[in-house]
Amino acid sequence: MRALTGIWRGKARWLIALMAVSAGASAEEISAADTAWILTSTALVLFMTIPGLSLFYAGLVRVKNVLSVLMQCFALTCLMSVMWFAVGYTIAFGSEGVEQGKYIGDFGNLFFGAITKDSVKGTIPASLFAIYQMTFAIITPALIAGAFAERMRFSAMLIFSVLWLLAVYSPICHWVWGGGWLGAMGLQDFAGGTVVHISAAVAALVAALVMGPRRGFGTVAMPPHNLTLTVAGAGMLWVGWFGFNAGSALAANGTAAMAMLVTHLSAACGALAWMTMEWVRHGKPSVLGIVTGMVAGLGTITPASGSVGPAAAIVIGLSAGVICYFATNFLKNALKVDDSLDVFPVHGVGGVLGTLLVGVFASTQLGVFSGNGFSTAAGIENMGGQLTVQAIGVVATFVYTAVATFIILKVVDMMVGLRVDGDAETQGLDLVLHDERGYNL
Amino acid sequence: MKMMTAIIKPFKLDDVREALQQIGINGMTVEEVKGYGRQKGHTELYRGAEYTVEFQPKVKIQIGISDHQVDAAIEAVCNAASTGKIGDGKIFIAPLEQSIRIRTGETGEEAL
Repeated sequence: MRALTGIWRGKARWLIALMAVSAGASAEEISAADTAWILTSTALVLFMTIPGLSLFYAGLVRVKNVLSVLMQCFALTCLMSVMWFAVGYTIAFGSEGVEQGKYIGDFGNLFFGAITKDSVKGTIPASLFAIYQMTFAIITPALIAGAFAERMRFSAMLIFSVLWLLAVYSPICHWVWGGGWLGAMGLQDFAGGTVVHISAAVAALVAALVMGPRRGFGTVAMPPHNLTLTVAGAGMLWVGWFGFNAGSALAANGTAAMAMLVTHLSAACGALAWMTMEWVRHGKPSVLGIVTGMVAGLGTITPASGSVGPAAAIVIGLSAGVICYFATNFLKNALKVDDSLDVFPVHGVGGVLGTLLVGVFASTQLGVFSGNGFSTAAGIENMGGQLTVQAIGVVATFVYTAVATFIILKVVDMMVGLRVDGDAETQGLDLVLHDERGYNL
Repeated sequence: MKMMTAIIKPFKLDDVREALQQIGINGMTVEEVKGYGRQKGHTELYRGAEYTVEFQPKVKIQIGISDHQVDAAIEAVCNAASTGKIGDGKIFIAPLEQSIRIRTGETGEEAL
């Protein structure tokens, strides 16, 4: 009995200590350094979509559709912001101090209802966290636009994106980052391998399959109309990605700095690897190839950027360049899928590769290739355990996105029709949908 | 009078203009055109999508000349436009029925 009381006393002391810690945590103060860095990162990630991704995509389409792509990215930026404010954020992150469900957040933050000037999330203002995450909710649907470029009705694109943000992006974001089941399992996805890249890319693939290829795909030449725009956009993406990955530390600290370093190295190696593949296999290194390899390297390091070291980043970047190169050729030439701007083979394959490689390179036992360790807090002690959780994250994101996206596309098709008619497609979306031309030279 | 049409490599235009000026031909009309003959097109590759571009960019020169200038003009263009490589172009000579200078109303060789 005395022994039991002793144990109870011991436990009580531990409990009181724990309560003191959590009381301290709830009164956590805002860090000026962290806040400054996340403010900066927010601007960088918005810059990735407009103008980075917009220009990257705009250069890749034909001259008659350049405005339609710019318009899609710009309109999505506006519309996703409002939807994130209204419903998306609370589905993904719920409200502070409320125990979060496994699959979606609580609805205490509808219309940012629980966010005030003084509310805090971690060491930054809650309002800053909300807008930082908003920039992710903008770029993810915008990535999908590459798959249905040059043939989707503008109204259908808007409706699809709203439904997709609320039914696909926001829940998956909750699973991984908002206190949901994947995060609790110990999935390491630092900046969005599953949440952003796999979800966007699977949606892109499903959209390309459901909508069918562009008229004349495979017989008519559809070369990019202005690769200088694409290269300019690619450069902006690289710079903006520092905010995406290093900002995901949500702090100005060593994790953020290391994330920036590995992000940069992976981008460089992805670019070099893709360039080399083309040089060896086709005789010439192409400009489009080197920038596409850069995007592959960036997308692939994204989930790993908070978990791995610089030597691993070199391996991740090189493998991204090579594997995404083969995936792009395979999808286009063997499967004949018209994922117009190659969203799936670059972001999807890269996202899967990066998410899985975390399971290897997070290990602290790999010498120079070591990372920051497995998710021990979730009970993961070895590479097999981490790889299993990473694979579960990939499969869950893949399957849920594919099914939900398919249903959304069918619903939108019934509502307004997904595609413009054949004549409109031939004439070009700029004139047909917007009464404008990109260039009046 | 003859109408001389020369299809040449674009970067040879200045050489040809100079050569014709030296034999006293002081006007020409130039167009940027595309075409192919023995010199075929080239292929372009974008992320694994390979396109064959059939037509080569060329420059087309048109000049009205008097009969006695024909041989000299042909020689001048041939010398100036030649690189010795495939794709140097062609010269066509056709009869020209009439020419009129719009400002003065002059006709025939006077108007060339």
